[in-house]
Amino acid sequence: MPALAISPTNFVLLSAVLFFIGLFGALTRKNAIAVLMCIELMLNAVNINLIAFSRFVTPQLFTGQIFAIFVITVAAAEVGVGLAIIINIYRHRLSVNLDDFDWLKW
Amino acid sequence: MTSIFQVGAFWLISAAIIFTAILVVASKQLVHMVLWLAVCFISIASLYFLLDADYLALVQIMVYAGAVSIMVIFGVMLTQKPDIKECLLFNNQLKLATLVVIVLLALTGGMTYRADWFVSGGTVPADTIAYIGQLLLSKYVIPFEVAAVLLLVALIGAIVLAKEVKPGARSRD
Amino acid sequence: MYHAWLIPLLPALAFACISLFTKQWKWLSATLSIGAMVSGFIIASFVVAGVLQHPELINHPLVYTIRWLSMPGFIVNVGIQLDPLSAMMLFMVTLIASLIQIYSLGYMRGEKGFSVFFAYMSLFGASMLLLVASANLLELFVAWEGVGVCSYLLIGFYNHKISARQAAKKAFITTRIGDTGLLLGLLALQLIFGTLSISSLSQQIPQYQNIPLLITVAVLFFLGPIGKSGQFPLHVWLPDAMEGPTPVSALIHAATMVIAGVYLVGRVLFMFHSVPPVMELVAWVGGFTAIFAATIAVTQREIKRILAYSTVSQIGYMMMALGVGSLTAGFFHLWTHAFFKALMFLGAGSVLTGLHHKADVWEMGGLIKKMPITAITFVIGGLAIAGIPPFAGFWSKGDILDATLASGHVALFVIGAFTAFLTALYIWRMIFLAFFGKENPENHPKESPAVMTIPLIILAVFATVGGLIGTPWGDLWGRYIHFGTYVAPVANWPLMIGDTLLGALGIFTAWVFYCKDEEKVKAKALAKQFNGLYTLLYNKYYIDEIYMWFNHTMVDGVGRLLYLFDIYVVDGIVNGFGAFTLAAGAGLRVFQTGRLQNYALVFFLGVLAVAVLLAFTGPQATLLLGGVR
Repeated sequence: MPALAISPTNFVLLSAVLFFIGLFGALTRKNAIAVLMCIELMLNAVNINLIAFSRFVTPQLFTGQIFAIFVITVAAAEVGVGLAIIINIYRHRLSVNLDDFDWLKW
Repeated sequence: MTSIFQVGAFWLISAAIIFTAILVVASKQLVHMVLWLAVCFISIASLYFLLDADYLALVQIMVYAGAVSIMVIFGVMLTQKPDIKECLLFNNQLKLATLVVIVLLALTGGMTYRADWFVSGGTVPADTIAYIGQLLLSKYVIPFEVAAVLLLVALIGAIVLAKEVKPGARSRD
Repeated sequence: MYHAWLIPLLPALAFACISLFTKQWKWLSATLSIGAMVSGFIIASFVVAGVLQHPELINHPLVYTIRWLSMPGFIVNVGIQLDPLSAMMLFMVTLIASLIQIYSLGYMRGEKGFSVFFAYMSLFGASMLLLVASANLLELFVAWEGVGVCSYLLIGFYNHKISARQAAKKAFITTRIGDTGLLLGLLALQLIFGTLSISSLSQQIPQYQNIPLLITVAVLFFLGPIGKSGQFPLHVWLPDAMEGPTPVSALIHAATMVIAGVYLVGRVLFMFHSVPPVMELVAWVGGFTAIFAATIAVTQREIKRILAYSTVSQIGYMMMALGVGSLTAGFFHLWTHAFFKALMFLGAGSVLTGLHHKADVWEMGGLIKKMPITAITFVIGGLAIAGIPPFAGFWSKGDILDATLASGHVALFVIGAFTAFLTALYIWRMIFLAFFGKENPENHPKESPAVMTIPLIILAVFATVGGLIGTPWGDLWGRYIHFGTYVAPVANWPLMIGDTLLGALGIFTAWVFYCKDEEKVKAKALAKQFNGLYTLLYNKYYIDEIYMWFNHTMVDGVGRLLYLFDIYVVDGIVNGFGAFTLAAGAGLRVFQTGRLQNYALVFFLGVLAVAVLLAFTGPQATLLLGGVR
């Protein structure tokens, strides 16, 4: 019974819920920075998944943890560049509302 | 793991994670979002402790709760409009997104619940940090170096993108 | 006799020469045309002489052909078929055509298009001669169309007059309706019997068993003669065809083209004979047309129109004779009718020339004083058509009535007899009004030149003695031209006397109303008394108006309907494609918002779709979802 014994199922479920919460936010929030934060949530969900599998499937090899380290690295770099872009856009358009960024149409 | 403490800890931490995540998504003010996000990160770090991944928990706290959150606060600061309060929180595809998310969640959850996960039953080595260091510099040295280069590039890129353009500046050659 | 193929060829060559080379030299063109036709007449005389010496040709005609078309399953041999019938027709057509062309030298003098006229006349002659001599029904059909074209060209010869152009169109279109039936009949014959050669068909058709099919074919076939010979209901073109020059009316619409239908029925009489119901149809169509046209002719005023309706009526007689089974009587009347009708038409042309084309008989009068030759020849023609012995019409009309009575068609006999009375009445009404009585002081007629009166005299001679070859005593005609076994005629004295009396009664009635009564008071009073009937007859039973109404509502109506269909349905479909594309584009454009989050949502919708697909149909599905498929 999952309530009384922790198995990968629990962690994967948790990871899924967190991921979909993040997805929901990424799809529906108007502010660009809010979307960025929700993307971070999604990346963290993935990390939970990876580390859980590392713990239960290959505890000796640390494969998942190494993977998670690199995910964190990339996520940090991505937040930096993303914020720089948003600031740049804000300077020109004076708005960070994603509804206003519709230049992909043309 | 069937120890009552671990089980209890798991459920507690999970509740915290979920709760703060929901609050992140549903906050009206950006700064509140960031704060709740930080709490979420810390909860996730404690989950890592539960999973015997102490080095990663520390990295999580340092990078995410420390650096990333601050970066986002800076971003919020630099793009603030006088009337920061948003009139409408969600855009117009709220209902469809909700539907998609719930269905996908149901599907994933269902499949996860019924799946027979493989548990190897081994134990984690005691000295994780040394072991990770060894791995990083022997087996995974190339991704390690590439990640370093990636960070350098990201740094430079962010600087270039966010640089302030003075009026009348010459164009770069 | 073996050179009969020259007879159609010479006028065709004349036509080619005139239209290509000699159009500017009028007298040369005329000479070419007349020369060709007269040579044809000479050859035809020799042909007749040859046929008279070979009586076996009656049942086994001399046929010589060349291969024209040869495809698998469809072989057409064209050539000449000589038997007494075709020889007689060749002789008559060439004779009358020659006389009329000589007459045209005088009538058409000074007209614009003199050479073209003779070119058309030659072409017509060639087509008509080919028609009567042809050995194959397809060849006959080609010649049939040829005479139709020439009729169109010649009716519309005065193409500056809009009435002439419309009359030409009307003639062509009305005969076209008949020709469609004829063509369908021809196709059916080719499909059923595999050949269109007249001699082969005459062997095969009498043995054919599928009678209902043959009835359909025969009825379709008969539509052609109805159109071309101006029988009811396709008679409407003939009176309007009088817009053409008078020699044209004489040649084409009295003596030769209109009898092409009669000739065709006679040629394929073996087919009609196998289907008695169709023979009845032919007889009744002929009889009805005869009386129908005669009643209209009694009220008409223009001299040529009276003669036109008379032609329709007389051809009705011929059809009636063929319908009751007597090839002899039908063609005898054709022979005599050609002479006296051509004579009367040429006489009318002479009158018109003298009076500068004034055509209403009520405005003429006493022309005999100034135009004696015309008048006397016209009177001879009138006596012939009225059926007074010993003129030609008496013998031929008597033969028809005799045949009708002998075959038991009493109703048709009564119709025929009454029509004979009416015929004499309207012809002599016209003669008395035009040639006798008081002169109209406005007219200054003078006799026509010799080139016009000599053909009149020659035709008058034929109208007088032409019938003598078919008298019940020494029946030269019947011995050569008959269908089936030959039955020597017996002089039916009561009938002959009755005939004469009918004709005399008609002449007497006309004299009473139109000659004795100087002011024609009684005639006018009679017209006023029966005003309704008079108006109906004068307006030709309003048949033309009915046809025009039908044309406007039905044909134009259907045209309008189809036009609307085209505009709304067809164009609608085509435009609909364009509009659909536009609408689809407008609809799909909604998805191109340019916004990232919309695109991301679509991503995940896709993921959802794939997940659902794999979850419920993938190979691991049963495992993952606990057996849900």
